[in-house]
Amino acid sequence: MSALLHPVITQIGQIILGKQQQIKLTIACLLARGHILIEDLPGVGKTTLAHALARSLGLDFQRIQFTSDLLPADIVGVTVFDRENSGFNFHPGPVFSQVILADEVNRATPKAQSALLEAMEEHQVTVDGNTRPLPEPFFVIATQNPSHQVGTFPLPESQLDRFLMRIHLGYPDAGAERELLEGRERRDMIDDLPPVITPDDLVSLQKQVRKVYTAPALIDYLQAVLAFTRNSSDYVSGLSPRAGLYLLNAARAWAFMDGRKKVIPEDIQAVLPSVVSHRLSPINGYASLPGMDLSERLIEEVAIP
Amino acid sequence: MNSKANLSFANLSAILASIAIVMAPHAPHVPKWTVAFCVIGLLIRLFAGWQRRPLPSKWLMVLFALVAVGGVLFSYRTLFGRDSAVTLLLAMAVLKSLEMHSRRDITIVAVLCYFLTITNFFYTQTILTALYSIGAAWLITATMVSLEHQTAPAQWKHVARTSGVLLAQSVPVMLLLFVLFPRIEGPLWGLPRFENIGRTGLSDKMAPGSMSRLSLSDEIAFRVTFQTPPADPRKLYWRGPVLWDYDGRTWTAGERVSLSSFTYESRGAPLKYSVTLEPHDKNWLFLVDLPSSLPRKSFMTRDYQVIAFNPVQQRLLYRAESHPLYRAGTEARQDELERALELPGFAAPKTREMVREWRNAGLTPKQIADQALDIFRTRPFVYTLEPPPLDKDPVDQFMFETRRGFCEHFASSFAVMMRAAGVPTRVVTGYLGGEINPIDGYLVVRQSEAHAWNEVWIRGEGWVRYDPTAAVSPLRIERGLATAVPETDVQPLLRRTQLQWIIEMRHQWDAVTNSWNQWVLGYTQEQQYRFLESFGFSDLSWRDMIIALMVTTGLVLAAFAIAMFMRLGGVISDPSQKLWLRFCEAMAARGIVRKASEGPRDFTARIVEQTPSLRERVQRIRDLYIELRYGGPDRSYRAYAHAVRELRTQIGMLNSSASGPDANA
Repeated sequence: MSALLHPVITQIGQIILGKQQQIKLTIACLLARGHILIEDLPGVGKTTLAHALARSLGLDFQRIQFTSDLLPADIVGVTVFDRENSGFNFHPGPVFSQVILADEVNRATPKAQSALLEAMEEHQVTVDGNTRPLPEPFFVIATQNPSHQVGTFPLPESQLDRFLMRIHLGYPDAGAERELLEGRERRDMIDDLPPVITPDDLVSLQKQVRKVYTAPALIDYLQAVLAFTRNSSDYVSGLSPRAGLYLLNAARAWAFMDGRKKVIPEDIQAVLPSVVSHRLSPINGYASLPGMDLSERLIEEVAIP
Repeated sequence: MNSKANLSFANLSAILASIAIVMAPHAPHVPKWTVAFCVIGLLIRLFAGWQRRPLPSKWLMVLFALVAVGGVLFSYRTLFGRDSAVTLLLAMAVLKSLEMHSRRDITIVAVLCYFLTITNFFYTQTILTALYSIGAAWLITATMVSLEHQTAPAQWKHVARTSGVLLAQSVPVMLLLFVLFPRIEGPLWGLPRFENIGRTGLSDKMAPGSMSRLSLSDEIAFRVTFQTPPADPRKLYWRGPVLWDYDGRTWTAGERVSLSSFTYESRGAPLKYSVTLEPHDKNWLFLVDLPSSLPRKSFMTRDYQVIAFNPVQQRLLYRAESHPLYRAGTEARQDELERALELPGFAAPKTREMVREWRNAGLTPKQIADQALDIFRTRPFVYTLEPPPLDKDPVDQFMFETRRGFCEHFASSFAVMMRAAGVPTRVVTGYLGGEINPIDGYLVVRQSEAHAWNEVWIRGEGWVRYDPTAAVSPLRIERGLATAVPETDVQPLLRRTQLQWIIEMRHQWDAVTNSWNQWVLGYTQEQQYRFLESFGFSDLSWRDMIIALMVTTGLVLAAFAIAMFMRLGGVISDPSQKLWLRFCEAMAARGIVRKASEGPRDFTARIVEQTPSLRERVQRIRDLYIELRYGGPDRSYRAYAHAVRELRTQIGMLNSSASGPDANA
């Protein structure tokens, strides 16, 4: 693993106990310049994760609590008339931060959701005809409650597609939970976290990730995966080319975190569940595939060429 | 077009080298000015390419071309025919190289080089020529391959390999062409005869020294394979020209009178054999005395020579049958016997003096012959390859002064003595001896085995063979020439028996050459018909053959196309992947089967978990495979090849240790 990243993962691992894989995925997502959607019940540590990450990376952090009455201006900011200067002043909204936690994103109306999602996609916001760039790096961690809960506006597929990954945190195991219960208050711990990496380092790491080599043999495998989802009768629709690109970028980041300059099939397999699970929907519903996750099944079915 | 930029100096040198190599074999037989013309032309082109000088202008090229045509006209007085055409072609190829501006021009010259390679076969068709031509074709093809590398300079190893593969792929088509292309009987397109024909060999004249000169030649006269092996094939007398007339110095052959039918009394079993006769530009065929069946297109003369209808200008294969033990000619014609007694009045007075006594003593012809042989045996005669020159009457001088001679001296003197004594005698030339090649069992008879002996007519016995040389030097007959002559005599190099390895090498080479002659050059129209007949195709016309050729060539090409198509689909071309699959097989044999979706790291981790003893090797294999299969493109070819080799070795060692004690782990 890259010497720069190792302390980050260790440090966050001390806050979020027993979730090593999810932490790594989150960082991979960050390195691949994507955004992450954490889908889980309230109270499993989604916010804590985002907070700890921002602190450890030395990035400024804003949290936007999405509610049903949230307006786009609450996210991107407003232009206010300044009497003294006889002009309009732009008051940047919380979106002008490096790490944004969009909490319970599915509780807001589609209009507010799309304001954030457009910012995510474009890395810039346009207010009153002025286009303003967002800071670099720019990383959105959105959390979502399970869509069967009351009072939610589930993100449509086209919006879901903009997240590089979707992960679940899940309950901690008994040992980790005991440690959590016996340990210090998490919020205090986060306040004490020192930044272990500078934003400039992070940007340079992101650049290095883009240079990780993907051999023709690996592209063959990726294409086999994409072709399988398109030809198989298990899915409503296959993976899009953008999904393929995202998958490749995520695998690059994963390989980079493993200290390699080249991607191997295991990298793709490691990131595949979190990259594709929110883009694929089974034709017959989950019930028809007992005991096996859709993406696990995908990994099993596609032979490595 | 950026085609000009692509004419790199490396490509230029390659094509010029191809031209030079293709032209080199022509150097001995084209006029000297052509050699100079070609060498200077190529050097100018090389220099111009090296120094980036402009090439000669169009008008200058026209001038050069006219000079070349003028030179050919001056040397040959014609522009047609093999020699002038080849010379012209050489000159024009060099001129074309002076016009090479672009890649396209190089391609034209390369194709011209292919054609020039063929012209070598107009002059010689030996195995070495064929090998040389294959080498030349390989070089030309390599030049063309390197031309295709437009961006980066090609690695010569890669180019050489590609060229070799291309040539190898053409082999099936080549074989088809060889087998099926209709053969033309007789020399191709009336090409002139090969120059090396008829330089050495028996003639229809025999004077002192003519045979011993022949004995220095290592050239092969003919090869024989026996269907019924004789007791000692080296003791067979192969009859050539029979000489009747003596002018006091030279023996000459009589006229060839055809014998329509003849019968003789054979004693013993017949001998069946096939002779591959080297071209000697004369009509006679060599058969063992006496033949009972004749080769095609030949007839037998009254003195038992076998004469072909046409001079032997190509290597000739014929089958024959002979009876080595025989009694023939008991009913000789009177005019023949009289002719066998003629002697010029002035010839050999002293010898006739000596012989007159025997005649007066009333000896029978047989006794006279024994008497004559006795003289050779008892007096100090020496059999030698270097007889002293005979300037007086050759027979008298040999009999009474020098007494050193070769077979022609003995045969000639014996015949003079017998004729002087009134016994009809003639001289027979031919070959005696030869050498069995231990490699392929062929009897090889060389020019140095040329021999002369006599036939004496005895009433009731017919023509009886007498070999006076045997009386002087029985070894010549028993063991061949080399042991019979004094060691100090000059001999053909290859005859020196001390050098065992030379002899062995010569045998090997003879066997190879012989197979080449038999199977490649000997594949004439007749052989072609016979070969196709053995597949059940009889009476194929040349049109049928052309059709068959096109159909089979099409099938071969289709097979290639299908193979390549399949290769595009499923065949794995990545060497590391092949090795990896081999590794997976080896592991499956140990009971650890890779799932199709299992990546190299997961799989090897599982192996190490189950077989910790293999940890280091398996992890090394994993690292090498991952590097080779998924590694970056920035590595060098050398490093890549090295890694592939190591991966192969590691997997090989894994397989070999599979039988070891930890295999059951």
